[in-house]
Amino acid sequence: MYLSPFFETIIGLEVHVQLRTNSKLFCGCSTEFGAAPNTHTCPVCTGMPGVLPVVNRTAVEYAIKSAITLNCEVASRSIFARKNYFYPDLPKNYQISQYEEPLAENGYLEIGTNSGRKRIGITRINLEEDAGKLLHSVGSREIDGSLVDFNRCGVPLLEIVSAPDIKSPEEAYTYLTALKSILKYLEVSDCDMEKGSLRCDANVSVRISGEKKLGVKTEVKNMNSFKAIQKALQYEVKRQVKALKDGERIIQETRLWDEKSERTDPMRSKEEAHDYRYFPEPDLVPLIVDEEWMEKIRKTIPELPDERRERFIREYGLSEYDAGVLTAEKALAEYFEQVVKLYRNPKVVTNWVMVELLGRLNAANKIVEESPVSPEQLAGLLGLIEKGTISGKIAKAVFEEMFSTGKSPQAIVTEKKLVQITDEKEIGKIVEDVLKENLDAVKEYRKGKEKALSHLVGQVMRKTQGRANPELVNKILKEKLASLI
Amino acid sequence: MELCELTAHELLEKMERKEICSKEIVESVYSRINQVEARLHSFVTLTKEEAMLQARKIDERLRKGEFSGKLAGIPVAVKDNICIRNGRTTCSSHILENFVSPYEATVVNRLREEGAVFIGKTNMDEFAMGSSTENSYFGITRNPWNLDYIPGGSSGGSATAVASNETILAIGSDTGGSIRQPAACCGVVGLKPTYGRVSRYGLVAFASSLDQIGPFGKDVEDVAILMNVISGHDENDSTSVNLDVPDFTESLIEHIKGVRIGIPKEYFVEGLDVEVERAVKKAVEVLKSLGAKPLEISLPHTEYGVAVYYLIAPSEASANLARYDGVRYGYRSPETEDLLEEYEKTRGEGFGAEVKRRIMLGTYALSRGYYDAYYLKAQKVRTLIKKDFDDAFEKVDAIVTPTAPTPAFKIGEKVDDPLQMYLSDIFTISANLAGIPGISLPCGFSNKGLPIGLQLLAKPFAEGILLRIGYTYQQNTDWHRRKPKL
Repeated sequence: MYLSPFFETIIGLEVHVQLRTNSKLFCGCSTEFGAAPNTHTCPVCTGMPGVLPVVNRTAVEYAIKSAITLNCEVASRSIFARKNYFYPDLPKNYQISQYEEPLAENGYLEIGTNSGRKRIGITRINLEEDAGKLLHSVGSREIDGSLVDFNRCGVPLLEIVSAPDIKSPEEAYTYLTALKSILKYLEVSDCDMEKGSLRCDANVSVRISGEKKLGVKTEVKNMNSFKAIQKALQYEVKRQVKALKDGERIIQETRLWDEKSERTDPMRSKEEAHDYRYFPEPDLVPLIVDEEWMEKIRKTIPELPDERRERFIREYGLSEYDAGVLTAEKALAEYFEQVVKLYRNPKVVTNWVMVELLGRLNAANKIVEESPVSPEQLAGLLGLIEKGTISGKIAKAVFEEMFSTGKSPQAIVTEKKLVQITDEKEIGKIVEDVLKENLDAVKEYRKGKEKALSHLVGQVMRKTQGRANPELVNKILKEKLASLI
Repeated sequence: MELCELTAHELLEKMERKEICSKEIVESVYSRINQVEARLHSFVTLTKEEAMLQARKIDERLRKGEFSGKLAGIPVAVKDNICIRNGRTTCSSHILENFVSPYEATVVNRLREEGAVFIGKTNMDEFAMGSSTENSYFGITRNPWNLDYIPGGSSGGSATAVASNETILAIGSDTGGSIRQPAACCGVVGLKPTYGRVSRYGLVAFASSLDQIGPFGKDVEDVAILMNVISGHDENDSTSVNLDVPDFTESLIEHIKGVRIGIPKEYFVEGLDVEVERAVKKAVEVLKSLGAKPLEISLPHTEYGVAVYYLIAPSEASANLARYDGVRYGYRSPETEDLLEEYEKTRGEGFGAEVKRRIMLGTYALSRGYYDAYYLKAQKVRTLIKKDFDDAFEKVDAIVTPTAPTPAFKIGEKVDDPLQMYLSDIFTISANLAGIPGISLPCGFSNKGLPIGLQLLAKPFAEGILLRIGYTYQQNTDWHRRKPKL
């Protein structure tokens, strides 16, 4: 990306992730995604008169778990606060969040950049409740007025605010990927942007390199994928640099990313003229986290991506790069290890997982969890190669079949009669036929043209639909050719 | 003597002896309601049919020996800011005029489990904001002792209903004196429990850190019985305290020898009605004659109570009342053009003047640039007021004060002067700010024949001592036995 060397980019990200608790943050309603509108609601999450919130302990534990992992100081006492604003998707017309005394502060996340590892500061982490959803149409049908669905209302959200330590849109992308990876390892969130379980706003400013003071920032919203975030940031940085070069001033404002036109535009100022009038939530007592509880939660923290990457290198002899790819996602790392457990050749497994499996998954736009080929099935396939039942080449075709049908490799091999021919007599007969049919090639070979041999091998393979054991074909061909001389 | 004239403990005894049944009590109460309700207007909603059905069911179960609730068959009137499932809960507001609650308040649930019969929802100042029950969308309630006078507020309907025998017991809520002050005005007993003693779940919030549900009764004994039923931790209310609840009827002993009672000098100053002062001082003499040890004390931050209260309560209210927007339930202004207009008109038309005044006060106090000077400062002074009480309770077991600076005032007298109206709660507000329990009992009458209230305050969770002093006082006086002539 083009960026004048005289300018420096400063980015801070505000990430919201939905915690995957069974029930909402302040009531017992289900958090299940995709239910019929307003079926996961109760008097509490619809803001009936007289109801009171009760904090979901699991949500707090997930938040603490995340905070510990992100190297934060967890407050022994934090308080909830009301954030006041009117909107129909917010039944109480205030959101219960945290403001002056958040759950956790002063952490960091380490990411890999072109110039080595780098720490991105985490300014604060706090709990808050999600709002509902407004519908302005049903399917493609416009409706008279708007409808509101409160199913999402009260779902626990973790707000993770980074320090302005991110120096480029690419770094922002890396930070988000690393953050998502960790939260998924912790199993505290699905981090699925499509389902809205991860959302991200960015604060962006640029300044002349060497300048101490931060430039005027804009807040960019409305991005719905990591790629979109990167693009929006690239656009916004360029826009700000150009404005400064043209002698204009940056206005502090909220800008919305428009996916179609690939640009950011200012939000109408009326919509952002909020004074949230935060004050401590009197319906909730302070959240007290003692050392004993912290310790209990600490013990539930699993192996994290960085540790696992190091272990893969150590234990399986993988390269830094391969280990990095395999551990970026918890599900993939676990898939890999399950295959290795059943087929103890990590190098081979690495190849198959990284090339065949990931290749197919990407092409089909699927995630590991959705893989039609189970780890057991992949291990089975590798076993068939090792036993010589099928050749490596056939195995790739079998894998493709497994991926599209979900059938086991054994079934496919039997069904399609793909078992490798290793009977020397049988191969011998076919070789003889081929020699008779390819006298020209035989002549060429005799003249010393080695290339003719591979042509003959190819013919044998063609006759056997690739099932003949290639080494045997080679060996027998050479023998027969020699005997013909 | 009609059954409706009796106390709950008298009726429970008669029930125990099978002399009467619940149906008869409820019928007696309703016949009294028929007689006087048109003049008093204690109720927003009467639920005679349900009440009769409830009474018959309880009688049936009692007959079969299947049931032994602490309030089996006793009529209870509930303030209309406490939710009864499938019943209307209006908070005496236009904006909730037709709101039917889909759930039940914890307190109502507990009363129901002990066999209480709900006879109706009582009138109040809109959203409990007021001291005279003049701020009700459904019209004023009149003081049974003199129909030209206010019954106090905001739980004016509950106090009036008990005083006039339209119910046996009643439930109210007290944010700055809303149980104690109407109890004083109507000559009945009203208790505001310690903050956290009674669950607020299902009480429509006015000021969450101050609101507390409490009982009204004709005497201290009835209040103790009601306290036994409604007190205790509730997992639906995080601010309810997980403490064992004592049996409050065990505090009903006639013995206050050596009990130290503090008389705060800051409460006996200019503005205190002379008749009230005389009655309260006389009550102190009575207590002294019964063995109590009066002691002058100081609560130095008393003078800031009203100011602190009118910053904190409206601030919380401004958020608590934000949910009334016409989107999901309640009144919605018809035919508005857009969302903003819908909000403005719905709330502009749905709320009364006093509610709007307090929402504006609170919104202002929380606004950027004012928060520190108002809300935060008020919270700091609140801590000092609380400390005053902590210090005082090092020296005394209870504090005695007038409940209100004057007896009930005339209807309309203070409606145009909010500040004068606010001062009606000058002696009750501090207990809410400090979270301590307080009780008001009748201790005399003015020349005009209006009741005067005596307030007793104690340290957190020491409701027992209030009941003990109150019970002893009532065993030796008969103010609480006087009845208005209607």
